[in-house]
Amino acid sequence: MIEVEDIHSHYGKSHILHGVSLELKEGELVCLLGRNGVGKSTTLKSIMGMVRPTQGSIRFDGKELVGSQPYQIARLGVGYVPEDRRIFKSLTVHENLMMGVQKTKRGGASERVWTIDKIYGLFPNLRERRGNKGSHLSGGEQQMLTVARTLMGNPKLILIDEPTEGLAPLIVKDVLEMLATVRKSGVTVLMVEQNFKAAIKVADRFYIMGKGQMVFAGDMAALLAAEDVRKNYLEV
Amino acid sequence: MSEVPVFFLHGLAYAGLLFLVSAGLTLVFGMMNVLNFAHAAMYMLGAYFSFTLLRATGQFWLCLLVCPLFLFIIGALVERFLLRRVHTYGHLHELLLTFGLAYIMTELVKLIWGNFPLAVNIGGFLGQTVEFFGMIYPIYRIFIFGCAVIVGLSMAAILYKTRLGIILRAAVNDSEMVNALGFDVPLVFTGVFAFGAALSGLAGVIAGPLLTTYPGMAHEILIDAFVVIVVGGFGSLGGAVVASLLIGELQSFGVLLFPKLSLALVYLLMAAVLIIKPSGLFGEKQ
Ligand SMILES: Nc1ncnc2c1ncn2[C@@H]1O[C@H](COP(=O)(O)OP(=O)(O)O)[C@@H](O)[C@H]1O
Ligand SMILES: [Mg+2]
Repeated sequence: MIEVEDIHSHYGKSHILHGVSLELKEGELVCLLGRNGVGKSTTLKSIMGMVRPTQGSIRFDGKELVGSQPYQIARLGVGYVPEDRRIFKSLTVHENLMMGVQKTKRGGASERVWTIDKIYGLFPNLRERRGNKGSHLSGGEQQMLTVARTLMGNPKLILIDEPTEGLAPLIVKDVLEMLATVRKSGVTVLMVEQNFKAAIKVADRFYIMGKGQMVFAGDMAALLAAEDVRKNYLEV
Repeated sequence: MSEVPVFFLHGLAYAGLLFLVSAGLTLVFGMMNVLNFAHAAMYMLGAYFSFTLLRATGQFWLCLLVCPLFLFIIGALVERFLLRRVHTYGHLHELLLTFGLAYIMTELVKLIWGNFPLAVNIGGFLGQTVEFFGMIYPIYRIFIFGCAVIVGLSMAAILYKTRLGIILRAAVNDSEMVNALGFDVPLVFTGVFAFGAALSGLAGVIAGPLLTTYPGMAHEILIDAFVVIVVGGFGSLGGAVVASLLIGELQSFGVLLFPKLSLALVYLLMAAVLIIKPSGLFGEKQ
């Protein structure tokens, strides 16, 4: 479904990604792990076109994404859930969700799986607070809202950056359940996560990043076996 | 103090003009983070275009329609072919570009129309006076305020009652995220910038008969318009309304009460607001 091949990305003069590659098959939930500052968010932003890779290629359903604008990539069926939430603070919950709806029809398979009623069914909290300003929500509700907003666009692939960061353990459980539901609806998910324990419950496969490069790829058994990689590249 | 009602109305008229200029400025700044120094120069262009068109046709209503359209096109071209190109180099370059544009526009105006004031006389209904509450007042100043009210209400209706409005308000919050959700933000930017230019053009057409048309008019209004968007809060339309009224009245009564100090009063108000609420009256904390 998506193949990222040897991409290099920069912020101004600082070279952040030094040849990152990864690959997801349709329907997978893959987790990208790694310490703070190694370039996980930059990898997602590069896929989304928010940072333009200077080298390498990203193919989504066979189409090259490098060089496209974020809105063009979104219209192809890639959804992005940023870290630190980034809901529209001066819009109501309902308006935030409306911002997720895409008018342009993608031909073929992607029917409207996610509708506003379905979202409100899955997130009763959001229905209750539909008239509230985004800035009045709790951290957990904001996280639900960013995910729900992206789902409204019925993406085929979701890139989600640290969905459990800064949330209380009970809410973390809710968020993970929601991700499992999303995944069951047929959406492919690439998730960045610092929380190893949370990740291991939901992911099919794992990538681990060191400074600007992949240092591990494999499933749970492989990850559990690779003790030195865990020691060197993950927070304890 | 029998002048008080008259100066109050004068204040409203100037507030209307200020709002028309600052609404576009604050919207562009809120969304694109570009402080457009050329904005007031476009207002001046509107006034000069209108001067020429009015002399050729004698139709003020036509000027009100055509000149903003002209400025819309100029604004769209400036955004699409100049501003967008320097965007990647950061705010300083954008600032320098708009600064340069303002300079070029002012010099061009001096070359074409000359470096002296041009009086614009509109006859007809708008040129007359009306009598109410025992005072005689020019209809034109009431007309200015009416224009501002109509523009303000239309903008509010678009921003708060339409899908486009949701997109625009979201883009003020976080335009990169709006882009990532599948909206053609570069096109939205071009549209907003062009719309802001059209509004300033409209303000220029309206200002001509009120203030006369001269090359310094851009600079003159720019200072007040900047104060309006700082006091009102960058990017806030409601803030622009309130701050325009404040500055308009302050200027008007300043001239009445402390003729030497009226400009200083404006800066004092700005300083006071910035001390109490640095993000402006209606600005969001950042
Ligand atoms: N907008 C930016 N401008 C400059 N440097 C940045 C920017 N965003 C991130 N960086 C730097 O890029 C590196 C990778 O950041 P990031 O991709 O956010 O890491 P991670 O998500 O793995 O914590 C860090 O060193 C960070 O300081
Ligand atoms: Mg990150």
